[in-house]
Amino acid sequence: MAEHFPILVVIIPIMASFIILLLWRTKHRYEWHITTAATFLSFLISLSLLNTVFLSGPIRYWLGGWEPPWGIEYVVDSFSGYVLVVVTLVSFVTSVFAAKSVKKEAGEGRTVSFFALYSLLAGGLYGIIVTGDLFNLYVFLEISSLAGYALVGVGKKKRAIVASYNYLILGTIGATLYLIGVGQLYIMTGTLNMADLSQKLPAIFESKVIIAAFALFIVGLSIKMALFPFHAWLPDAHGLAPSVISPILSACVIEVAAYAMMRVMFTVYTPAFVFKVVPAKEVFLLGGGVAMLVGSYLTLAQTDIKRMLAYSSVGQMGYIILGLSFANHTGLVGSIVHIFSHAILKASLFLVAGSLIYKTGITEISRLKGMGKKMPLSMATFTIGALGMIGIPLTTGFISEWKLALGALEAGKWFIVPVILLSALLNAVYFGRVIEIVWFKTDEEEGHGHKEIGKHEKTSIDEAPLSLVLPPFILVSLSIIFGIGAFIPVTLAEKAASMLLGMP
Amino acid sequence: METVKSIAPICALLVPLIAIPFIALAGQRRPNVREFWTILASVIMFLIVASMLPRVQGGEVIEYQLLTLFPGLDLNFRVDAFGLFFGLVASFLWIITSFYSIGYMRSFNEHAQTRYYICFAISLFGALGVAFAANLITILIFYEILTLSTYPLVIHEETPEAIKGARRYLTYLLGTSIAFNLPAIFLTYTVAQTLEFSNAGILAGKASPLMIAVIFILFIAGIGKSAMMPFHSWLPAAMVAPTPVSALLHAVAVVKAGVFTVLRVVFHVFGIDLLSEIGLGTALAYFASFTIIVASIMALKQDNLKLRLAYSTVSQLSYIVLGASLLSGKGMMGGILHIVMHAFGKITLFFCAGSILIAVKRKNISEMSGIGKKIPITMFAFFLGALSIIGFPPFGGFLSKWYLVLGSLEANQIPILIVILTSSFLNGAYFLPIVYRAFFGELDEKLNDAHEASSWVVVPLVLTALISMVLFFYPQPFWRLAALTVKGLTGG
Amino acid sequence: MIDYVVSKSNYWIYVVLMMIGFYAMISKKNLIRKLIGLNIFQTAVILFFISTGVKKGATIPIAFHEKGEIIRAIEALQYTNPLPHVLMLTAIVVMISTTGVALSIVIKIYDAYKTIEEDEIPDKEE
Repeated sequence: MAEHFPILVVIIPIMASFIILLLWRTKHRYEWHITTAATFLSFLISLSLLNTVFLSGPIRYWLGGWEPPWGIEYVVDSFSGYVLVVVTLVSFVTSVFAAKSVKKEAGEGRTVSFFALYSLLAGGLYGIIVTGDLFNLYVFLEISSLAGYALVGVGKKKRAIVASYNYLILGTIGATLYLIGVGQLYIMTGTLNMADLSQKLPAIFESKVIIAAFALFIVGLSIKMALFPFHAWLPDAHGLAPSVISPILSACVIEVAAYAMMRVMFTVYTPAFVFKVVPAKEVFLLGGGVAMLVGSYLTLAQTDIKRMLAYSSVGQMGYIILGLSFANHTGLVGSIVHIFSHAILKASLFLVAGSLIYKTGITEISRLKGMGKKMPLSMATFTIGALGMIGIPLTTGFISEWKLALGALEAGKWFIVPVILLSALLNAVYFGRVIEIVWFKTDEEEGHGHKEIGKHEKTSIDEAPLSLVLPPFILVSLSIIFGIGAFIPVTLAEKAASMLLGMP
Repeated sequence: METVKSIAPICALLVPLIAIPFIALAGQRRPNVREFWTILASVIMFLIVASMLPRVQGGEVIEYQLLTLFPGLDLNFRVDAFGLFFGLVASFLWIITSFYSIGYMRSFNEHAQTRYYICFAISLFGALGVAFAANLITILIFYEILTLSTYPLVIHEETPEAIKGARRYLTYLLGTSIAFNLPAIFLTYTVAQTLEFSNAGILAGKASPLMIAVIFILFIAGIGKSAMMPFHSWLPAAMVAPTPVSALLHAVAVVKAGVFTVLRVVFHVFGIDLLSEIGLGTALAYFASFTIIVASIMALKQDNLKLRLAYSTVSQLSYIVLGASLLSGKGMMGGILHIVMHAFGKITLFFCAGSILIAVKRKNISEMSGIGKKIPITMFAFFLGALSIIGFPPFGGFLSKWYLVLGSLEANQIPILIVILTSSFLNGAYFLPIVYRAFFGELDEKLNDAHEASSWVVVPLVLTALISMVLFFYPQPFWRLAALTVKGLTGG
Repeated sequence: MIDYVVSKSNYWIYVVLMMIGFYAMISKKNLIRKLIGLNIFQTAVILFFISTGVKKGATIPIAFHEKGEIIRAIEALQYTNPLPHVLMLTAIVVMISTTGVALSIVIKIYDAYKTIEEDEIPDKEE
């Protein structure tokens, strides 16, 4: 059983999706139960996989027993195991949240198709992570994206459908560019297996086809991960998607695209190619730095809380890319830790926004006055999540900031440290604004100034149900737990980074 | 110096944290129970801190390694003489302020008192953490906790002015910390490969003078809580907070955590040898002198009593930095002693300002004519506190200023000496007219039935006024700790 | 020069087709036309893959079995690599699914706004 774990982690959610559809017309539909159980099982399996990888090295699983490079190979190593745990965790926690929220936002009649797609999306994401085959990666990329396009369109606002259409067009362009890259590598080497490619490529590094294919991979996946300037589709899609889907899109989908990019860069093309043959360092430095600043700057102008969080993702992707540009271990550790940190924090922030929408339907930031007194738990969660995003010490956000800054100094790129800090400051400004409104501005009707004792306590607490409050709270607690017990993510990330960079 | 492991610093830190759930549970419905927990916590915390006094005075350093975030980043605590010095001041004044808070908050029927007491406890946790931190990262963490936990206190009134003031407060403190302090720590770590404080400094011989200077400037600019110009304007802005908050946090915990951090960095990161070699100490001294004089002049122009006190604080904080930056034994001694002397003097003045507000509902000095006849105890305590700040004997303030004067002579810095004397004169110029006007001015008729505030308010301020006098005659506990610190730094 | 262009004719065709598709996606305001552009774009890539598998006069890769053992196999030089075609079967499925999802989204847009012209859809929620 345990030896089939790498395939089970993918198959379980995909099968769940079919089972949900099969049960559609029956009396006992259990669509939410099946989804949650499937994602939870995947999470447990991924934990076990990570444990095995950590103790006894990478797991290679041959699909159908076909030996690579002819057959498809699934690889769980210290990098994919780590990302798998993060993504399965977030998708599981989010599916817990989905129970109540989806019924309200999608309508009773559409819950079945919603959860079927949700499971499919999850399965596609897990597939991207575990696969060791370039073409298989494309297929999973499209499975998850197609499910994602459809799910964005479920959003309550009419505009969500348009967002979904634009997302589809751009996403497909990105995937097609990736596919051309796969084709070019195949022409040159006759193999699609990542490990095999990494053996065959060094001999033909200087070939223009190989270099062009690299560029196609990077551009294609940059579109998928919404790296500036390919971010145009993201704010609409992430901002207008249903409450349950926004966290998955922002915390899993674009992170997994970033994962795929790092895979292609370091496992297929080796660090020697990325840092010596092509000017990737310079491009990533520029791309990441500009994404951080512009993303954070654009976030400032937003008046809608979900749109603000969506724009913030554009900036956060910049952090991950920036860490790659230093070409050193520390910077890469920063990127890898940031994948974890951003995933759990952004998911929790989006989930809190989801509870807000569930309870009040409000998304405009200016109308959130006094929410801290109405929904204290949710807003406390939001505040801690925001502090994590800013990178306050003792949260995971600080670790990645620390590692990125040290990586920059190690690489002699001291001028990037102010950029990182400026971005953190901009984060502080836009989150600070929300926190101030939520906690300390009161509704106009109540008036200002000194109040009779106990008056504030009269504002009735109107908290969202527990199944909506708990999921984001768990994620935020994890950010604190792993911000203090930082050696856990850091050790894992260091292992992954050493493996990617081919260091002993 | 002997190093011992003990859990005592952790216990002291945990006390306010443990108290929080009790305070929250008692809540608004049972204010007496809630305040009981606050006071109990403050007393226990002080006792634990004080229990370390004999050992530290005996030359021991109490250490406790809490955990390693990841290799290179440790959460370590070390109670040396200097840390205990600040810890004692902060935890002792928390007790007194707790009593005062009860009187003040109830007199005004303030809202959200539970939040107030909880945040107060967290900020004490932060201040004590700064005092006991053993490395730069630990001190940074507690520094940020202090910033964030005091933000709800500053914004307490929730009026538009309070929101504006608190926004400035947070912007300056968090902003400077992220923009300057953090890169300074990054650079320090890259250069020195460690962040642990050491008596000899950790940067000596590791980098070029230019690099040292850059890190130094980043640190001084980054520790915004020390209110050095031009990053001082958060302190007047924070005066929108209720008076007890201004008193404890903005005369003691927050600002002293700031100067404490500066002194830590100057003494234990750079080391006095390195600084005097490059001449950065003198540069800092002149920088601090500038703040002292300019802030004093600005204080003269303020009509709002709390604002005048705030500017006076800005100027007095720089005395401490000045003392340290003289890099002479006596100067450092004066700087360190000024932490406690100014704390007791200034907290008295703030308490009085709050008491005046309760008794006569006046905030502006020009409206305070003759109130001394109605509230003599408060105004007399104000007089005593003012004398201590100015540096008259027999008050604690005299001792620290005396050492500062000796230090400037020892360092051959006559201009600095002139600054200290001029500023003392200015201190008198902005404090004594208040007292004169209160006792000899014409009383506003509307205030005929004014009377002293409740004894919850008056007793604490009389107490702190008396203590600042006692400190002149009996400064031993603090004096010894300061002497130990200086001895450790100068090595003899 | 001419030889060079002709010898790589399959690549030229695929690039030209791709650009036509790309142009349609960018310039057309009609959502269905954009979609057709997307289809051309994807088809071009499929053609590219297929064309790389073409070999003149080649046969199919077959191994002759007898009693479970391979007795004779077609020489590698003589058969066409089937893998690009197989990959493209999958890619065509992906493409069709994409088109299906896109079409249903367009129907939704039409339901919501009564138009499929991009510039007639309001920018903001009314």
